Amino acid sequence: MYPADSIHLNKNGKIKKEELAKMKIIKAAIAGTVESSDVMISVMPGEGKVDIDLNSKVGMYYQDEILKVMKEVLQELDVPSVKIKAVDKGALDCTVRARLKTAIKRAAGEAK
Amino acid sequence: MRRTMLFLPGNNPNMIMNGGLLGSDSIIFDLEDAVAPDQKDAARELVKSALQTLNFGKCEIIVRINALDTPYWEDDLEEMLPLKPDVIMPTKVSGAEYMAKLVAKMDEVEKKNGIPVGSTKIIPLLETTLGIENAYAIGTSTKRMAALYLGAEDLTADLRCQRTKEGKEIAYARGRLVCAARAAGIEAYDTPFTDVEDLEGLEKDARLAKGLGYTGKAVISPRHVSCVNKVFSPSAKEIAYAQEVFEAIRYAKEQGKGAISLRGKMIDAPIAQRAKIVLDAAAEIGGLLNE
Repeated sequence: MYPADSIHLNKNGKIKKEELAKMKIIKAAIAGTVESSDVMISVMPGEGKVDIDLNSKVGMYYQDEILKVMKEVLQELDVPSVKIKAVDKGALDCTVRARLKTAIKRAAGEAK
Repeated sequence: MRRTMLFLPGNNPNMIMNGGLLGSDSIIFDLEDAVAPDQKDAARELVKSALQTLNFGKCEIIVRINALDTPYWEDDLEEMLPLKPDVIMPTKVSGAEYMAKLVAKMDEVEKKNGIPVGSTKIIPLLETTLGIENAYAIGTSTKRMAALYLGAEDLTADLRCQRTKEGKEIAYARGRLVCAARAAGIEAYDTPFTDVEDLEGLEKDARLAKGLGYTGKAVISPRHVSCVNKVFSPSAKEIAYAQEVFEAIRYAKEQGKGAISLRGKMIDAPIAQRAKIVLDAAAEIGGLLNE
């Protein structure tokens, strides 16, 4: 599911943090839109922890799943400190994943 | 089988998530014109995530990348090729030199990612006057080449003429491209019909392209898919005739006859070949028997 070069597992299936450089959020950035099936994600430098503010039109049913996907992305990119605001309009997991990755890479100054 | 190639804007999740359900034979994830310059990174990430996660059924996966005179095309290849799309569609292809630069980069990225070098096919978009004039050289420039595809919107801008529904202004380009493609032993795909509402005009345009020898047509709207599929599918009459051709061949062989005729007409190799193409297409579309 993940690109082979972006995640590393040890024999217990845990991410080997030492192999990944921490991605530092240095500025605010946004990715996505508020169109149907999309999610607009804003990220800002954090205060030593992950802080997610999720507003989803399907939150009653899928809030836990959306948060799980977002936390997986943060773990994959090794982002320990960030503030996230997400406005979800019914995005699929793959869209949430893509938009969060884009926002983080932009905020870390790594967008191409 | 590629009758329709449907464009999906690379940064539009709503279109992408339904891509496999819209009836087209191929879907083109567009990283070029449909994506604003400041959203190229977002589109690549979205297409990557979709290709890793979603099931697009039997649809052939094509990725349209940015032209070689932009700062985006190398990142497009670096990020897309590891996902093993069936086809890369380069844009504004001008000649064999352009293709050599592209293929060298594709070779490098495939090798780096452990993908058999040469396994990703190419359907170049010929949409400049130079590209049209160099169509045969482009079509024979690499073993990766699957087809040539005509893009009339940019071409008419380059020709400095108006694009019309009748398409007289692209008659030469249409003829030149299909001839070059056939000479190169590859398929030819026609430019999209851009009026989404005019389904009558679409059918006329698609029939014109089929009559010239085109294999299929690109479409920019899901509403165009069924019409174009229908035009580029063999008709019941064509299938029945093709079956008769093969029946006549079988009968002649049984009788030990050298010359084969059907309804007073000689059946020669090109007629048999055309009949085979019709039956192969029918088999792929409808599961009909192909003998």
